[in-house]
Amino acid sequence: MKKHIFVRLLRFLRPYGLRFLFLLTLLLAGNLLSLAAPLLSGRAVDAVGIRARGVDFSGVFWNCAGMLGCYALSSLVSYWVSSRLIRTAQAVSHDLRGAAFDHMSELPVDYFDTHPAGDLISRVCYDVDTVNATLSTDLLQLGTSVFTVAGSFLMLLLLSPRLTLVFLVTVPLSAALTRFQMRRIHPLFRLRSKELGALNAFAEERMGCRKSIRTYGVEEADLGLFDQRNDAASKAYYDADRASAALGPSVNFINNLSLAAVSVFGALLYLGGGLSLGSLSSFVLYSRKFSGPIREAANLLAELQASAAAAERVLDLLDQEPEAADTAGARPVEHVQGDIRFDHVTFGYDPARPVLRDFTAHIPAGSLAAVVGPTGAGKTTLVSLLLRFYRPQRGTITMDGVPLDAYSRDGLRRRLALVLQDTWLFGGTIAENIAYGAPGASREQIVEAAKAARIHRFVSSLPQGYDTVLTCEGISKGQKQLLAIARCLLTDADVVILDEATSNVDTETEGEISLAMERLRQGRTCFVIAHRLATIRGADRILVLDQGGAAEQGTHQELLAAGGVYAQLYAAQFQT
Amino acid sequence: MKTILGYLRPHAPRVAVGVTVKFSAAVLELLLPLLLAHIIDGCVPARDLPGVFRAGGWMLVMAFGAALCNITANRMAAWVSMDVTRQLRRDLYRRTLFLSQAQMDRFSVSSIVSRLTNDTYNVHQMFDKIQRGGIRAPMLVLGGMVLTFLQAPPLALVQLAVCSATFFAICWVTRRGIPRYARAQEAVDTVVRIIRENAAGVRVVKALSCQGRERDRFAAASQAAKEAEETAGSVMAAANPLSDFLLNLGLVLVVLAGAALVNRGWMSSGQIVAFLSYFTIIQTATLGLAKLFVKYSKGVASARRIEEVLLAPEDQQVRPAGEAQGPELGMRDVSFSYLGVEKDLDSASFSIRKGETLGILGPTGAGKTTLVSLLLRLYDADGGVVWLGGRDVSTLSREALQGRFGAVFQNEALLNDSVYENISFLRNLPREEVAAAAKTAQAWDFIQQLSGGLDARLDIRGANLSGGQRQRLLIARALAAKPGILILDSADSALDYRTAAALHAALRRDFPGVTLAVISERVASLRDADRILVLEEGVITAQGTHRELLETCSRYRRMAELQMGGPA
Repeated sequence: MKKHIFVRLLRFLRPYGLRFLFLLTLLLAGNLLSLAAPLLSGRAVDAVGIRARGVDFSGVFWNCAGMLGCYALSSLVSYWVSSRLIRTAQAVSHDLRGAAFDHMSELPVDYFDTHPAGDLISRVCYDVDTVNATLSTDLLQLGTSVFTVAGSFLMLLLLSPRLTLVFLVTVPLSAALTRFQMRRIHPLFRLRSKELGALNAFAEERMGCRKSIRTYGVEEADLGLFDQRNDAASKAYYDADRASAALGPSVNFINNLSLAAVSVFGALLYLGGGLSLGSLSSFVLYSRKFSGPIREAANLLAELQASAAAAERVLDLLDQEPEAADTAGARPVEHVQGDIRFDHVTFGYDPARPVLRDFTAHIPAGSLAAVVGPTGAGKTTLVSLLLRFYRPQRGTITMDGVPLDAYSRDGLRRRLALVLQDTWLFGGTIAENIAYGAPGASREQIVEAAKAARIHRFVSSLPQGYDTVLTCEGISKGQKQLLAIARCLLTDADVVILDEATSNVDTETEGEISLAMERLRQGRTCFVIAHRLATIRGADRILVLDQGGAAEQGTHQELLAAGGVYAQLYAAQFQT
Repeated sequence: MKTILGYLRPHAPRVAVGVTVKFSAAVLELLLPLLLAHIIDGCVPARDLPGVFRAGGWMLVMAFGAALCNITANRMAAWVSMDVTRQLRRDLYRRTLFLSQAQMDRFSVSSIVSRLTNDTYNVHQMFDKIQRGGIRAPMLVLGGMVLTFLQAPPLALVQLAVCSATFFAICWVTRRGIPRYARAQEAVDTVVRIIRENAAGVRVVKALSCQGRERDRFAAASQAAKEAEETAGSVMAAANPLSDFLLNLGLVLVVLAGAALVNRGWMSSGQIVAFLSYFTIIQTATLGLAKLFVKYSKGVASARRIEEVLLAPEDQQVRPAGEAQGPELGMRDVSFSYLGVEKDLDSASFSIRKGETLGILGPTGAGKTTLVSLLLRLYDADGGVVWLGGRDVSTLSREALQGRFGAVFQNEALLNDSVYENISFLRNLPREEVAAAAKTAQAWDFIQQLSGGLDARLDIRGANLSGGQRQRLLIARALAAKPGILILDSADSALDYRTAAALHAALRRDFPGVTLAVISERVASLRDADRILVLEEGVITAQGTHRELLETCSRYRRMAELQMGGPA
């Protein structure tokens, strides 16, 4: 059984605990001020007196001035407190969002293959926001309600302990009723948050294939699918609302019930001589003081439930297993030679279906190794293993004779420069995107890298040049690849990995950047995956992957002479 | 706001009933203290025991009635706001699907996602909270006002003035709050964008070990969102203390005015006291209103953002079909610019006949994808005519375009769904056709190896497939409905040459009459085309067959030589 949600949330509240307490105290002080005002108004009315022309105007004025002062001060305090509280709640939300995102960035890559971005967005935005609403307003109201109720209760106890017995029945009753309902409602709120996340996930995914939807004219069918999710999310939302609709009113009912009980029993007590009329009327007055705050608090219960469900989703994200931490004594990596060995490596995303079977290869430091093979043969998987996105099920991979696991993960990754098949740019400026792997690169260096990657012309043609903010949609895949190459050129890594780095770049441009690539490769181990065999003809060693194993290894000439898979692939280039 | 409020109209009767029920609940709850007073002030001094029980019984009934009414009203309110939001979200999604590509570029995907999710949620909250919490307070205020008018008209005038002042003060605050919440929502767009980028680019971020920088980037965006929310919140936080103060000011004024009136002998001080107690009722009514104002201004800000999309004009009008029949596929003097600064396509003219193949070649950024986007009318040309299927594309409605094309785009993602659904793509195609398309696309072999075959489920963006496998599924999708015109934008970039060659051979075999437009970096994929366009910086610099271009276009010749390792 997991710890209660509030306990789990506590680590985000603790840093602000004192502040919350301070603000709450201040708020109560402000309330006291506004309670002092009726006293003054009473005196003012006394000063008015009962006779015409007998009004003590100076008394009235002074008391009214006092009232005004009290009210002004109390309003000021209340404004200050609530705006501070908004800040504090926002600070908690900020921490919560930050923690969620930070944790997200530590999750293994396959988490993102099975958890839609839309759902993550929903957790980090909607769910955190729901928690925030509770912290910034509900908590405040709840706090004051509790104080008012507690204070009034104390007065009741002093006035008539016997009559207070009524509350010994009704208070536990409402607590039990609430608890009973909450238990039933909680799963509904959980479902509601989940369905909303699923809806977001759907919408987010579909925004990524709008062109296909449009081309195939399947808008209506897509809308039908959206409707299903929308209806499900709406239904879940309503179900939770419907179930919780009784929460506030039922608490209120018991509250009103106790009011009735108090007046009836009070009357009985008085008639039996156990209570004075004055005490009875004060008692009733104080119990009436209960009802306002209790009503407000009861109406909050449903929202607290929604918040709890939302908080749970955020905290669940935080509970996800992050990427394996570095082993104790993992060596920080300053520099590697780049001698890479795959030793009988077997790996499959689904262990029952290995992509790589008993794969063995050696890439000496400083050499240029090319990996070729039909699509789906496991070429990109090799890169993923080198990057430690996954761990092989059998066999080891070593760098400079040391197993990859013995290095610090980020340190190792930093020694590798990559252009991956999945080109990716973030929504910053072009300059920022190029300097992404090398913070602190000067504008000259960035421009130089862009020139070498033959993307400078394109960038300069844009109205804002290097300061153009990129969106993923507005730029072709080939241009993305060139930017990724420019990015790669700026790093000081020891091993260069190019996974289909130029698949969408035209041959001529590819030829033009080959000089830059040559320079990039110098003194570095280079690991190239490419289909265009012209790109890899000059490799020191070509690994031909087929059916998950290394079918052939050798130089271009050797492999052609062998007349195997490579020779066939090579010949295919010229056949039509 | 008007458009959004329009969504409430069909629910008007239900809202009216709900409000009435809520109203009744409030009346019942207000009657409770009266009965209480009756017991204390009436029955008890008279020692009327049955009276006590009677009144107590009535209290019980009323409490029960109030609870019942409240529950019913809350449920009705919840239903209305749910249904309004459901409709609104549906229409927003629908409008989004029909937005032109240019409009989408302007809004940005992240902002649309955020509007679909966060903003509809805010509107939902607004409707819900107003229906639930917005009844009691105004009712108490109005009721109190009527009572005071009956009691002491001159003092009630003071109250009226104060209440109006309060109303205007709240309006003023809310009006200042709304644009600030709009800004806060924009800040949320950025947060959404960064999460999307990181989910999609997780491999690159990790490969470059830039998680730290991404965290900083996110922290900055989150900080901006926080500050924007704080600013908006601080403005709205003024609403309650301000209205409190104004109402209290009213109290003071009542005492002062009352003093003057008593002095003239026009009223008694007892009336002042009674008056003050009514005033207090009004004040307690405004207790929970602060949150309501926040929800309201947030909701209005979001409603406007939603309306912005809903009311976006249809910017791609379908012109009436003209007489002029053009070539099957072609352009005449077409120019286009994304940003209106530089021409991304300049005076493009070409044409091919039905069943022919068009090849497009050119350096990165030359405008190849732009050309294809114009053919599919994802964008409208700034000038010139684009023909597709023999007709000017600007006369083709979406329905007319439907089912006639297959297209593979560069940046399209696969769905987190079955292989079948990814190929059939919402068109409910028979499984045999899907299988046949997969075979032509050279995808059948690997599909069979997946556990579940056609029913195997793909990860998000097809992450459990290799790049080449993903590409072949997209090709299969394009082929599945047997289109008359097929457009492949760099569809073979992740395929090895053998597979690519097999694909092209299968295309010719299985789709003999198809009109084909192919963008490829590979000369091998284009050499059989009936017409090849060589694009450079948005201009078609040469066109012709492979053989012609080898002779006339030095650039083409160079490419062919580079790729084929010698003169072909």
